[in-house]
Amino acid sequence: MNEGPARPPRWVGMVLIPLVNLTLALAIAGLIILSIGENPLTALRFLLFGAFGYIEGLGYTLYYTTNFVFTGLAVAVAFRAKLFNIGGEGQAYIGGLGVGLVALAFDDTLPLVLMVPLAIAAAAAFGAAWAYIPAYLQARRGSHIVITTIMFNFIAAALMVYLLVNVLIKPGQMSPESREFAPSAWLPFMHEALGWFGIAMARSPLNLSFLWALVCCVLVWAFIWHTRWGYEIRTVGGNEAAAVYAGIRPTRVIILAMCVSGALAGFVGVNEILGVHHRLLLNFTAGYGFTGIAVALMGRNHPVGILLASLLFGALYQGGAELAFEIPAITRDLVVVIQGLVILFSGALEYMFRPQLERLFTRRGAALPVEG
Amino acid sequence: MEEAFLLSVLTLDATLRVATPLVLASLAGLFAERSGIVDIGLEGKMLGSAFAAAAVAAVSGSAWLGLVAGIGVSIALALLHGFACITHRGNHVVSGVAINILTAGLTVMVGIAWFSRGGQTPALPDGARFTAIVWPGAQALAGIPVFGTLYKELLSGHNILVYVAFLAVPLTWWVVYRTRFGLRLRAVGEHPEAVDSAGISVAGLRYRAMICCGVLCGIAGAYLSTAQNAGFGRDMTAGQGYIALAALIFGKWRPVPAMLACLLFGFLDAIAARLQGVELPMIGAIPVQFIQALPYVLTVVLLAGFIGKAVAPRAIGEPYVKER
Amino acid sequence: MRVEATAPSAEGAGAAAPPAIMLRGVNKHFGPVHANSDISLEVAAGTIHGIIGENGAGKSTLMSILYGFYRADSGEIRVFGEPLRLDSTADAIGAGIGMVFQHFMLVDPFTVLENVVLGAEGGPLLGPGLAAARRELQRLEADFGLEVDLDAVVGELPVGVQQRVEILKALYRGARVLILDEPTGVLTPQETERLFRVFRALRDQGVTIVLITHKLREIMAVTEAVSVMRHGKMVAHLKTAETSLEELAELMVGRKVLLRVEKNAAEPGSTVLEVENLSLVDERGVTRVDGVSLSVRAGEIVGIAGVAGNGQSELLAALAGILPIQRGRIAVCGGEVTPEHPRDAREMREFGLAHVPEDRLRMGLVGSFEARESSILGYHRDPAFNGPILTHPSEILADCRKKMSAYDVRPQDPVLLTANFSGGNQQKIVLAREMERHPDLLLVGQPTRGVDIGAVEFIHKSLIAMRDAGCAVLLVSVELDEIRSLSDRILVMFEGRIVGEVAGAEATERTLGLMMAGVVPEDAGVRAPA
Repeated sequence: MNEGPARPPRWVGMVLIPLVNLTLALAIAGLIILSIGENPLTALRFLLFGAFGYIEGLGYTLYYTTNFVFTGLAVAVAFRAKLFNIGGEGQAYIGGLGVGLVALAFDDTLPLVLMVPLAIAAAAAFGAAWAYIPAYLQARRGSHIVITTIMFNFIAAALMVYLLVNVLIKPGQMSPESREFAPSAWLPFMHEALGWFGIAMARSPLNLSFLWALVCCVLVWAFIWHTRWGYEIRTVGGNEAAAVYAGIRPTRVIILAMCVSGALAGFVGVNEILGVHHRLLLNFTAGYGFTGIAVALMGRNHPVGILLASLLFGALYQGGAELAFEIPAITRDLVVVIQGLVILFSGALEYMFRPQLERLFTRRGAALPVEG
Repeated sequence: MEEAFLLSVLTLDATLRVATPLVLASLAGLFAERSGIVDIGLEGKMLGSAFAAAAVAAVSGSAWLGLVAGIGVSIALALLHGFACITHRGNHVVSGVAINILTAGLTVMVGIAWFSRGGQTPALPDGARFTAIVWPGAQALAGIPVFGTLYKELLSGHNILVYVAFLAVPLTWWVVYRTRFGLRLRAVGEHPEAVDSAGISVAGLRYRAMICCGVLCGIAGAYLSTAQNAGFGRDMTAGQGYIALAALIFGKWRPVPAMLACLLFGFLDAIAARLQGVELPMIGAIPVQFIQALPYVLTVVLLAGFIGKAVAPRAIGEPYVKER
Repeated sequence: MRVEATAPSAEGAGAAAPPAIMLRGVNKHFGPVHANSDISLEVAAGTIHGIIGENGAGKSTLMSILYGFYRADSGEIRVFGEPLRLDSTADAIGAGIGMVFQHFMLVDPFTVLENVVLGAEGGPLLGPGLAAARRELQRLEADFGLEVDLDAVVGELPVGVQQRVEILKALYRGARVLILDEPTGVLTPQETERLFRVFRALRDQGVTIVLITHKLREIMAVTEAVSVMRHGKMVAHLKTAETSLEELAELMVGRKVLLRVEKNAAEPGSTVLEVENLSLVDERGVTRVDGVSLSVRAGEIVGIAGVAGNGQSELLAALAGILPIQRGRIAVCGGEVTPEHPRDAREMREFGLAHVPEDRLRMGLVGSFEARESSILGYHRDPAFNGPILTHPSEILADCRKKMSAYDVRPQDPVLLTANFSGGNQQKIVLAREMERHPDLLLVGQPTRGVDIGAVEFIHKSLIAMRDAGCAVLLVSVELDEIRSLSDRILVMFEGRIVGEVAGAEATERTLGLMMAGVVPEDAGVRAPA
């Protein structure tokens, strides 16, 4: 019963509070920059220019955004069932494995129009499978999903090293990578796709999986708020006893929500493997799974918010790289710090300013609960 | 035969060294979780402490000053966790994740700004580290079969923090089960309203538990960078905080069983190092990655099966709200 | 067995002794809710003083203020004449106030001794404190007839004994004023009688007792003075000997109570629910329902009476498909449930069953849902609300509007969050959802708990209307008046078994009370269970 009797307008919770939290996180990051002897405003200028100032930079920003949309949605769907999926990193990794296996098997036989849906399906299936085991253990054995998904991140990392070092490595090569896929299996880059329509764009890793990310936003929105399965997920998340009362089986819902979550995280593999690297390699997930937690919290577990938060983090990642190039004392780790601060302020400390802000904007005279 | 015995003793010796930070972090988690605070941020507190200890030891040349700095940073992070979870009723897991990510970035950033070595601290000379303490008569007694080997290899020759870690186990047990603070600690994790109605501050008690947690995590972090290794490296905790948490759950939130779980994981780690590249009869060489993943796999398997009935403190993870 | 109102015993104390508790102008707000408004109260030392009021009248808030649990917004508090500023429970304990909450403040895995000393350990080490406490407690137990095994684990003790632990806890801290909040809600009449004997023993040794309850009979039985609360205000202070049940009831409710619901004789039709030899064991291995057989026919209301915790809740949950059964058989309008073929709540609904759960916020609603979402809970898979993949939001909204106006839910806002409705309106949302589908069988648990008096009448009339329309109704309530005024037949449960059946018209309070304690009287039309 966190809901107060009188209601503040919805935009306070949806827009104002996330903005206040973000401002705080950025302000503290600025103080940290100041304390290591650099000028935060200069840093901010480099950051913004790097992220949005030129087409190539924008392309990189949107390329990162794509990954964050996938992992952010993944965290959000699980959150709706009150599950904390910290395993996005591992699920993305294994999703990429699925994409890679499909591409390695069929790259010279299948046309691109068949390859893409197959790769998407493989990413979803592999990601979902990696989430299924912790989900099953939570639902049937009561093993805490936070711990098991963390363990599965480590297990996924070990598995990928094993496969790439011992099985999938290109013969006669030292670095643990698979062979490159045939170019016919590459997901077109955005500059290529725009080129078909005669629009020129600077080269960047941004590829068509960005469009799939946008589609996923719409699909997740419809799934959560406009299907009976989404309703059941939200019921289990809102009140598990009520779910059982309604004849909803929490065990099934937990497994469903985690599999959808894992599938979404797996799509990172489509962007990275089929869209950018065109081969299987190590560590392509690069912490995107963890950033998804910040994205989901910042975006208040809603697809629109997640899209905006992803854009923010995409800009931070790309702008941070530019910043590190311009000011060597500041590395990309600054972005990790900001990410931690965002999770802290919009997640762990979300109630710190909320009562004051809500009171400030609360309308009087709404329905009042009567019980003392 | 003699050689096999020595080999097993040496493996156990390595087990102690690997298990030390796990034991300390596990006990740290015990204080937090028994008071009702989920602490997934053991990893971050260890990492922050490892950096602070190594940095201060490198600058001051004193391992002890490093230890104090490590504990200080760890307590600060523990109090931040408390501020989010106790004062502002935030989600405990989210707060822990935030602390882990924050320290992962901050240690490297500050490290680069401070030492310009890509996030590493300078290698520590022996004087700025906790080094092995050889017990009296270790060499003289080494000749005695069995006992001599055990005495020299297993008991003697560790740094002081190893002994601290294993002495912290009975001390924790005594505090939790035999003192007023322990009684209240156990009560507040089970039924905070009962503690409040008895006229004791729930928040005050939980903050004190977080300070205990911070001290122990701080020692664990200092051990990593100034005892086990000679300096700080990026992400040097490498998931040990999570393993310590798993060991705590494994030990059903009790000091001695949690220590045993830490020893088991440490043993696996030690044995993995020895099995690397070894051709076993019938099986052949076990892939390194498999051995590396074994503690994680084992944790999942055990979580799923053996400790299905481990009952967490009842009020764990629930914010305590007195007034609506 | 007869309980007498005891005369005040403090005549020797003299008029000069200051009152044990004196409140003047105490106010407390929760947000915009004025839970306590300008409360004044005097409790004479060495007496048993009752405070009576409906659920939600502000009694518990007032006592929490007196115990330092909540802080009053304004007002003056004096204990034995000393003005007090109660900033924490520690202040209240220091002033000699002890409190026994409705929900016990006991740590289940601790022993009795550990629970009693918590907060008063007598030093940083446990050993010496525990030994001293053991001696002191043995003395207290003997003085007041409060026998408890000090080394028993509290979680394994029956509630009546847990309550004694709570009283011991307060006395051990030197309480001179003991406040008890609804202490008899979970007790059998016999346990209640024993508790009242303890009260009198305490009073005779000079302890002042404040009894908070909504049960008029208890006030009449054990108190010397009574204060009545209504809607957050004190409306009367009376001497118990000079008042009557009827007067108290009227003061408490504020107008004449409609004790009997108008209804015609039932016209039972065919059997809708048939339960044979049903047993249910909970996850701790305790048998909660033990060989229960019953049947409910179309067009009748069957009430299940009993002290809370005697298996009624579990029986209801099993019938609704929420808890699995271990033995026996349930037949509901053509559907069958056995331990080998369990059914979930969705399957039970498909047989034609609807269920108003005992605790609406815990089970019947999702607080964070908009009203329109809560109003399809359990029926969200209905084809009327769904296409092949997507739901039909406009149908759901229209359906919710229709139900809200038919059941007069206020405010009539389908997108308001469920948690923002008052208790009575939340209950109406549940009732509308479950009744509007004209089920063959309606299971109802505590339909008027925490509901304001106007809504109670509405709910009772709706249930009678359902019956008259041919629905079979199974009603579980711990409110005897509710059971008696609504039921055509009454079954009494005790320790998981049905101990007897009484026709609704013939049931007297005394017969039911005895049966609820497990005693089946020979007279008064009791039929032994089949």
